[in-house]
Amino acid sequence: MIKKTLLTCLGSALGALMISSAVAAPPTEIRLGLVTTLTTSAAAGGEATKEGIELAIEQLGSKIGGIPVTLFVEDDALNPALGKQKTEKLILQDRVDFLVGYNYSNVLLAAYKAAVDNQTFLLSTNAGPGVLAGKHCNPWFFAIRDQTEQAPRVMGDELNRKGVKRLYTMAPNYVAGKEMVGGLLSHFNGEVIGQDYTKWPDQLDFSSEIAKIKSAAPDAAYVFYPPAHALQFVSQFQQAGLKGKIPLYSNYTFDGLTLPQLGALADGSLLTMFWSVDLDNEANRRFVDAFKKKHGREPSNFAASAYDAIMLIDSAVRGVDGEMSDKDKLREALEAANFQSVRGKFRFGTNHFPIQDFYLLQVVPADDGTFTTKTLSVAATENSDTYVNDCQMK
Amino acid sequence: MSQATFLLFLEQCLNGLQFGIMLFLITAGLTLVVGIMNFVNLAQGSLFMLGAFVAAWFASATGNYYLAVAVAVAATAIIGALVEVLALSRFYRRPHLDQVLATFGFILIFNEVVRVLWGSQGLTVVLPPELNLSIELLPGLTYPLFRFVFIVFGLAVAAFLYVLIARTRVGMLIRAGASDREMVRGLGVNIGLLFTFVFGLGAALAGLAGSLSAPIMSASVGMGEPVLILGFVVIVIGGIGSIRGAFWAALLVGFIDTLGRSYATSLISLIFGSTAASSVGPSLSGMMIYILMATVLAVCPEGLFRARAS
Repeated sequence: MIKKTLLTCLGSALGALMISSAVAAPPTEIRLGLVTTLTTSAAAGGEATKEGIELAIEQLGSKIGGIPVTLFVEDDALNPALGKQKTEKLILQDRVDFLVGYNYSNVLLAAYKAAVDNQTFLLSTNAGPGVLAGKHCNPWFFAIRDQTEQAPRVMGDELNRKGVKRLYTMAPNYVAGKEMVGGLLSHFNGEVIGQDYTKWPDQLDFSSEIAKIKSAAPDAAYVFYPPAHALQFVSQFQQAGLKGKIPLYSNYTFDGLTLPQLGALADGSLLTMFWSVDLDNEANRRFVDAFKKKHGREPSNFAASAYDAIMLIDSAVRGVDGEMSDKDKLREALEAANFQSVRGKFRFGTNHFPIQDFYLLQVVPADDGTFTTKTLSVAATENSDTYVNDCQMK
Repeated sequence: MSQATFLLFLEQCLNGLQFGIMLFLITAGLTLVVGIMNFVNLAQGSLFMLGAFVAAWFASATGNYYLAVAVAVAATAIIGALVEVLALSRFYRRPHLDQVLATFGFILIFNEVVRVLWGSQGLTVVLPPELNLSIELLPGLTYPLFRFVFIVFGLAVAAFLYVLIARTRVGMLIRAGASDREMVRGLGVNIGLLFTFVFGLGAALAGLAGSLSAPIMSASVGMGEPVLILGFVVIVIGGIGSIRGAFWAALLVGFIDTLGRSYATSLISLIFGSTAASSVGPSLSGMMIYILMATVLAVCPEGLFRARAS
């Protein structure tokens, strides 16, 4: 009897000891949650995001800020409700320290609230809708790529420089599609002679819209189609006999993800982007070379932005010496953005959206018969989004 | 109406026709399976996807797109028949919910197999140069040759199906099966074999639609699901089990969807102004076929062409 009581006491004492030591010690792991699109026709972008994150973690020796990292991956299936549910699961069940990913703005807008309400940092590696940069900016939310309108605004300036007077625009009918076209038109001075929003995400045949472009005979066409839809749009544009007749300008339609399939169909097309595979800086070389070596192809902007997100988190965790419990200090360290971005200069505005340069790129043939993007010029420097003044961070 | 707008209208009609014919190829098999076997088959969209992937893969491996279409049709027919014999035939006597679950399972399996085999980036098909042209149908009306071939070929398949169903012994059994399954069984017809044939035929047609769509839509994982939903809309409008119904309903849905996308925004802007139109137009044109379906269901709940007696 006594022996049993003693053992019980010993057991509970040991248990208490273990609990108290768990509280006192510095964190022994960083828990990182990734929510991205790994199924449906948009899966390629999600795969690329995951590849970027895995490469960064690999280069950091499976550690973030010197602390071993565990990665939890969840698929949102391009479904806002599912994205929200997976976000909640990662926060409540897996107790992640950071959330990354979110390729589509409709998924992000459904999910971000769960993160910020539970005081978990969410770093969107792709989507950057205007409301989160302005009215609903939040101390727990960071955008890594850009605000959606930034790249198309720069493209609008470029169209003015090219002397385009009559423009036709086409994009999918969801948040990012509208912001892309809206951003472009806020800077484009010419006339918009036609505008189509196509059903998102299940419209894959654009015959009727392309027929309208052909009939309208504009000086140029501007489109935004994410990878899953870029293949269809560009093939059909060519099949209708418009390639070479109507110059095609775009944002986030051509890059390492779509060019292997599209190849010559995209040749010569112009785009603006926050990053390019051929940017000459040390961080980018380290990223691009390692990616090519690992996967045998060029990285896409999804991977570049995801890679940056991990390097940013790494710098922040280092900045607070692994002291993860003081969230305000950790936030300051994130805001400082004390890391080498693959895009060159990088800093955050007061709304946690990047202030950065944008580049004018062209699709060109590479030496080995494939196609790549080449940086023609810096199209905008220190570019900030227009929503920042609406943001009251609290 | 100026000449240019008229020519654009004609071109949009051709686009509608082409879309309708693609829908018909998918739903012809589906309506037979639902009508004759009383079996809800959600996996039809996956066979469409498989057709696209096999064609895209074979075309890029051999460079022969025509042969790729033939291979894709044969492959989907065999896969369809195998799936029916090995798995789905066990579900005919089970409740519809079990059938939905089983075939939904097949959607997941097919999507995953395709992802493992060909990756999530999808495959594109580069058309052979002789098909990758635009032809001048009328002065001022140029149209992609491949879409035109799609229309002609699809109409030929529809004619073949009409002859098969209306003029042959197999067709007679299929029609009989659609109107009274039990009676056909009672007359000593090997209904199991008939079911496998119908399922394989439906799969081959879906595979044909997929392989013909691959150059236009590319092959991508999950491309079958949106098409499947449209397929069910077509079946409901056309009347379950009726090939003729599926044909006319598919064309109707194709026309309304395409013309809606082309003209809804400009029509609405005439009444409500362009700002309202640019936000309402795209949403409304996406809803149009569902409004059509609701209307048809309200007016004639059995669909436009009733096939089943029971």
